[in-house]
Order: sequence, then structure tokens, then C-alpha cells
Amino acid sequence: MPDQNQTDPCDEAIAGLFLYLDNEMDDEAKGQLEIHLNQCSPCLEAFDFQAQLQKLVSEKCRERVPEALRLRIAELLVPPYDDAR
Amino acid sequence: MADQAEFAAQAMEFMDALYSAALRMTRNASDAEDLVQETYLRAYRGFGGFEQGTNLRAWLYRILTNTFINTYRAKQRRPEESELGEVEDLYLYRRLGGLEASQRGRSAEDELMDLITDSEVKDAIEHLPEQFRLAVLLADVEGFSYKEIAEILDVPIGTVMSRLHRGRKALQKSLWEFAAERRLLPDSAIGSPATSTAAPTTGS
Repeated sequence: MPDQNQTDPCDEAIAGLFLYLDNEMDDEAKGQLEIHLNQCSPCLEAFDFQAQLQKLVSEKCRERVPEALRLRIAELLVPPYDDAR
Repeated sequence: MADQAEFAAQAMEFMDALYSAALRMTRNASDAEDLVQETYLRAYRGFGGFEQGTNLRAWLYRILTNTFINTYRAKQRRPEESELGEVEDLYLYRRLGGLEASQRGRSAEDELMDLITDSEVKDAIEHLPEQFRLAVLLADVEGFSYKEIAEILDVPIGTVMSRLHRGRKALQKSLWEFAAERRLLPDSAIGSPATSTAAPTTGS
């Protein structure tokens, strides 16, 4: 184990920000991080912000496929589909 | 082995999502339509090789991504990876006032919602160099896991993480720059972000 006395707990939490929000952190690290977040409102704010930002990015990029394209593809996929057509 | 006759019934529901991703990849509606159509045709022809019970959505994204890379990469002259500078952690949060803002009763989240328009989010994603754009799209817009993204892009998980982390930070920087640029305009221009963030036109 590296010497952890030297690391700032907030820096360590921020370093795990994306892993945590992406739900890619192992249970032990997640537990440790949550203990810190419950005690540290600046970190909690920052995590909430990032979570909101990712949600915003996701919501702003939802589009509907043009109906004409949907119909065209549906027609192309009606069996028997012939490659030579 | 998957039955080709089943393809349409199983795959059509993903078309809106694939089209959304295609728009961000190609940056224009006409190429995005061609890309989605080509993806469905390739997937239909190759459906015999799809293993039923595995992740059809990830399989379709893999075809979409490969088709994009093979067909459109050559056409696009965009910033390369090396041009993506290092951006600090919490870039946007700190610029929106962070904790001080929340103590004044307006959180950085409120600021964010007011500040960033739909078209700015789209433009900011489209400005990312391709490798970062694909990682951010697949994770933040489509919600794939690191492992799924690694399989879709055919790169190691460590590469996915690094592209995603750098891409997200660069995205925050662009969002901030777009918003800052728009704020310099007179009040009457606010609300029509297209004036400051219009996509470059290709000749006349």
C-alpha cells in the first residue's frame, strides 16, 4: 500500500468521481468514498453537480429518427431481403 | 444463431438512439441518415452471426461505430487527440461558483441549467476529437458500461477510461466557453444561441 497519510481525502474522492458516478467502483472503495461524501459537503456538492451534468448531456442529445427514414429501413428489412436488389 | 426474419422485430426499437448517436458522430442529418440505414442493412445481413440472448443494443452500436469509422473518418478533418489539452478536475463546477454559489441560494446546478442550451450541448460534443466523442457518447448519452464500450470500440478498458475522463473534461471546457461567449452578446441575442454557436457551413 502506498503511504496514504500523505493524500488529501478530498483529492482522493475527486479522483474517484467518474468511477463512482459510472457505477464502476468496487464495493469497498465505494463504501469508503460514501463515508467521505457524507462528511464533506463540498465534495458532495461537486459529485451532485457532475451527476446533473451527465444527466443534462444525456437528455439534450435524444433525437427522433425522421419518419421517412424509419419507413425506408422497415421496407428494406422485409424478408425475403435480396442483396442483389 | 439468430433468425433473420426476427431482426426487424428486435432491432427497430433502437433506431431513435442509433440516429441520435449518428447525428453526433457525423454532425449532419444527411450523413446520419445514411449511416443509420447502412448500419441496419449490415446488421440485417450479419444477423445470423448474432448470438441470441446477448446484448443486441451493444452489437448494433458496434456496427454503427465501425461503419462510421470506416466510412466517414476519411472525410472528416477535425482536431486530433494531441490537440486536446489537459483540463483540470471539476472545471465547470468551479467556474459556476461551486460551493459559494450554493451558499448564496443558487446552486451550480441551477446555473448550469440556465446557462447551457440544447444546441450548446450538441455542439460541445461534436467539437470533441473523434475518439473522445465516441467514448463520451457511448457512456453519457447511451449509458453503456466501460466493458461494453471497450467491446464496441475494440480497445482495452483502460483506454476507454482515459478517453472518457479526458473527453468529459474537455466537454466541460467547451460548454463553459460557449456559454461565456454567448453572455458577451447583448441581451437581445440571448435565447438565440444559434447566432454564436452556429455550425460551420461547408462553402456556399
